[in-house]
Amino acid sequence: MSGSVRAFAAGCLLLLTTGSGALAQQPFINVASTTSTEESGLFGHLLPVFTKATGIEVRVVAVGTGQALKIGERGDCDVVFVHDRPAELAFVENGFGIDRHEVMYNDFVLIGPKADPAGADGGRDIVAAFRKIATAEAPFVARGDDSGTSKAELRYWKEAGVDPRATGGGWYRDTGSGMGPTLNTAAAMDGYALSDRGTWLSFKNKQSLKIVVAGDRRLFNQYGVMLVNPAKHPEVKQQLGQKFIDWLVSPAGQQTIADYKINGEQLFFPDAKTGPS
Amino acid sequence: MPDLVNALIDAWQLVLSGDQTLIAIVSLSLSISLTAVLFATVLGLPLGAALAVLRFPGRNAAVVLVNALMGLPPVVAGLFVYLLLSRSGPLGGLGLLFTPTAMIIAQTVLVTPIVAGVARQAIEDLWRDYGELYLLDGVGRLRTVGSLLWLGRFSLLTAVLAGVGRAAAEVGAILIVGGNIAGVTRTMTTAIALETSRGDLALALGLGIILLALVLAINATAQLFRNSARSAAAI
Repeated sequence: MSGSVRAFAAGCLLLLTTGSGALAQQPFINVASTTSTEESGLFGHLLPVFTKATGIEVRVVAVGTGQALKIGERGDCDVVFVHDRPAELAFVENGFGIDRHEVMYNDFVLIGPKADPAGADGGRDIVAAFRKIATAEAPFVARGDDSGTSKAELRYWKEAGVDPRATGGGWYRDTGSGMGPTLNTAAAMDGYALSDRGTWLSFKNKQSLKIVVAGDRRLFNQYGVMLVNPAKHPEVKQQLGQKFIDWLVSPAGQQTIADYKINGEQLFFPDAKTGPS
Repeated sequence: MPDLVNALIDAWQLVLSGDQTLIAIVSLSLSISLTAVLFATVLGLPLGAALAVLRFPGRNAAVVLVNALMGLPPVVAGLFVYLLLSRSGPLGGLGLLFTPTAMIIAQTVLVTPIVAGVARQAIEDLWRDYGELYLLDGVGRLRTVGSLLWLGRFSLLTAVLAGVGRAAAEVGAILIVGGNIAGVTRTMTTAIALETSRGDLALALGLGIILLALVLAINATAQLFRNSARSAAAI
């Protein structure tokens, strides 16, 4: 009995060591990023090109912007690539990140059921549409997870002069989940939801949902990238991480971002400036 | 209904295609979960046996604690291990976060109480029935426990299988400590969560069917082993 246990343990140790041995061969960085970049398929297109050019593997942990910044704060990744400008600036301000660059933008779209019970369809004014949803008390499915999308949504409610949580009536449904699960919920209950365009385009369970409002300048969604401050966390792979950032804002990286399309539609628009912003 | 049919078709096509990514994900899932169950067994069986046989102050509290931890939410176990392994945590220097090793640690934390809890019950029953006989025969407690473990091997196999089920099915803990990194820490369950997020429900369910088939195969093997051991014992 103990012999077989020992053999088992030896096997497992072997497995563990070979596993980590294989991982150690290629240099890699950990990037904390958002679900929108992962679930839209952008990283699946972008990262192999970078890895081929530099030999650096990029390991992406895709979570909400709030959590991604938290992972960076604790030093558990090398680079943070998210979309919430005020939170990013605070991150740099507090010394957790350095060398922030703006990389690209996409836009948010308001998704709603074809039946459109709130009459929010058409038009470009996101704040007016939000007000109509509140007045009609039509189901609205919210992320509620401190993500960049969630924060943008809360800004629009504020501009609309509506405090959705305070109105009661149960029409505002705070799911505390990622973009995909939120869209799944909206599809199931014929509700409205705010989504980034990339996740929406690559989302496969649309059912009766469609875009009801798009094109408002306030729906502009900027992505920024920054290196986790090596002065705070010496383990940060500064050189490799810097290479990734430099490549993202280089002409080659920017072109690769522009090349990513779903059904001929471009998802992200590169807008890097030279020099840190 | 068409979704369910599509899921079956997706699962079948995935298996037939022998997709390299799928094979990598399946083998990572199996190696993480089985390794975690192995560690949990090595830790849990002696722990369960000790709780069943030894009498010490605080034993009742320990039993209650182990039983309660059988229901430990995976997310909580994941968070606990995350904070331990984070660069800002006590074991941050090891650099284990977002690696398969971190996932094995988290699942070991989850599975050990299950193995220990079920084993304790099984051994305690045996101890009540046979323990005094052994002691009267002058067999030491330690050897008695060894004999009881062997006597109860089929119940203990159930304990281990319960552990396998828990490890193979959970997603909350490994998602947090592994990060669901493609090609590195993406397992069956985290891939299912991701495909669900992407709204590809058929593919997600297809992966789920494959996972179910694997767990079924493990249990069937255990059952075969049990039956053949029984019939061998009968001869």
